[in-house]
Amino acid sequence: MDKVQVYKQPRLYIYTPWAGMKCTGCHIPIIERLIAEVIDDMGIEGQAIGIMGVGCHGAVFAMIDIDFMPVAHGRAAAVATGIKRVLPNAVVMTMQGDGDCAAIGAGPFLNAVHRAEKITVIMTNNAGFGTTGGQMAPTTLMGQVTPTTPRGRDPSSGYPAHIAELIAPVKGVAYSARGAVNSPANYQRTKKYLKSALQKQLDKVGFSFLEILSACPTDWRMSPLDSLKWMEEKMIPEFPVGEFKNVDRVG
Amino acid sequence: MSHRELMSGNEAVAVGAAAAGCSFYTGYPITPQNEITEWFARELPKRGGVFLQSESETGSIQILLGAAVTGVRAMTSTASMGWALMQEGISDMVAADLPCVIALVQRAGPGGGNIHNAQMDYLSATRGGGHGGYKNIVLAPDSVQECCDLTQLAFSLADKYCNPVIVLSDAVIGHMEESLEVKALDFGPVPPKDWALVGKANRKDGQRRGLNISRGSMPEPQNPNMTYLGHMEMLDRKFKAMAAAEVRYSTYQAADAKLVLVAYGSSARTCRKAVDLTRAKGLKVGLLRPITLWPFPSQSINEKAKQGAKFLVVEDSLGQLIDDVQMAVEGRAEVYLLGMLARHIAGPGGFIFPNRIVAEIEKLYG
Repeated sequence: MDKVQVYKQPRLYIYTPWAGMKCTGCHIPIIERLIAEVIDDMGIEGQAIGIMGVGCHGAVFAMIDIDFMPVAHGRAAAVATGIKRVLPNAVVMTMQGDGDCAAIGAGPFLNAVHRAEKITVIMTNNAGFGTTGGQMAPTTLMGQVTPTTPRGRDPSSGYPAHIAELIAPVKGVAYSARGAVNSPANYQRTKKYLKSALQKQLDKVGFSFLEILSACPTDWRMSPLDSLKWMEEKMIPEFPVGEFKNVDRVG
Repeated sequence: MSHRELMSGNEAVAVGAAAAGCSFYTGYPITPQNEITEWFARELPKRGGVFLQSESETGSIQILLGAAVTGVRAMTSTASMGWALMQEGISDMVAADLPCVIALVQRAGPGGGNIHNAQMDYLSATRGGGHGGYKNIVLAPDSVQECCDLTQLAFSLADKYCNPVIVLSDAVIGHMEESLEVKALDFGPVPPKDWALVGKANRKDGQRRGLNISRGSMPEPQNPNMTYLGHMEMLDRKFKAMAAAEVRYSTYQAADAKLVLVAYGSSARTCRKAVDLTRAKGLKVGLLRPITLWPFPSQSINEKAKQGAKFLVVEDSLGQLIDDVQMAVEGRAEVYLLGMLARHIAGPGGFIFPNRIVAEIEKLYG
């Protein structure tokens, strides 16, 4: 039987001690890989600048051979705005969690959306705050038990935030989609989404956004396999994967 | 090349910034500093720079951080409550060793206070108002000319130390108009910014760069062995170097003074008048005006204390600058305060007039 290569490290992937600091079954390393492959495929590594939110995402772009900077909780879209306004030909991306982007960072994020900043925001949705221990985030599902919703999320804490759908109707948005990396099919689909999002930025169309569903077995108190099952049964029905906006002209 | 123009202090801050090569400005409307924001909105795009109105001061400071990351000379401006919202980002920029200039035109506080004159952000500006304990050079202009010149100096110092520099103005200095000699000051070449994030294809060595607001938390391409405490040692050296090299102050009739007024910004102008009035009466009164509020001219004040002078601090607050004067005299001299409760009216916009300062001097002179 011929040897078949089933795994190859992406060319732009850089090993740092942070690589070993992910929990078992975490999807962030898969997302790192996906981003590294897309940057390589698109040939944009020389212009790319990655801005990371805090916590589990704090090292994502440090693992990829591009310029990078981690910034304060929720502020990545504002920092990306400053960079992009000075360097209109740079490819500026942020990597933020759902709490970072949709809770504490809702102000900078939504205003960057309204201003049609030519940046790409990548937001992972793991239905909770990762590094701090799985507390409720805007994306936490109804009934989901977390350390700050010990009896399950109920309407007194509102309802799950659908960020990709929320910003799609905004005039300045060129692209908005939600992907996942829970299966090879979804991985390939999400890769296409990220390429589309970054292409909108390269074409200077408008704001581009990609939400990626991401398993967090540690905070969900599940095995990696149970986490994949929970994603299929609970998370994806609530947060459908797909494109919500894809236009070549905004306004 | 230079020329003269009648101009407000706020506009002079903007003109000074442009003369220093500032090519990026972001800000959010707030009184009494709007003339700065509006000047940049009008003039910066014409000069090839970037103006961006932010969504809030929390936004301004982080957008400014983004611009600073690319290595351009960049600034924002605000008034007191906007200043409060900027503290997170200022702390971030100190942590990431990023240069920038922030003009703070003080209004009255605390809380909403009012939009009129006051000097109530001294401690917040000089003590590193945000989390983590840090230092910023704070420059306090007392004229339209100094608004322009000190803003230019601020850019030079920010690049020299890779640290934010604050220009601390107030509503009186910002809104009064004087004749300004518009002139670009030469502080030498801008230091190279090899650390700037511009994309690795735009760099001679083709290698990537990484900046961080939590240095030592992950490997930095250009400093792979950076540790948290290693960075703290760097910051300690930087703060000490600023403290040793950047003290600036001016004196007026202070050489033989038995009573020394200490004041900055608009209060220093009123004090000069009070010095003239009391000198005319034969009293040996002078003024020491800190131009850098941090680092503070403690040594000069201490020398005056050793010579037996008394001190009267005049500031439009309940007493903040006085803390630094008391520390500087090391118990060697009496230090008194004439603060905002000595204003001529109880409503917003009251002033501590020269005749009120003269009355206080006569009471204390002894």
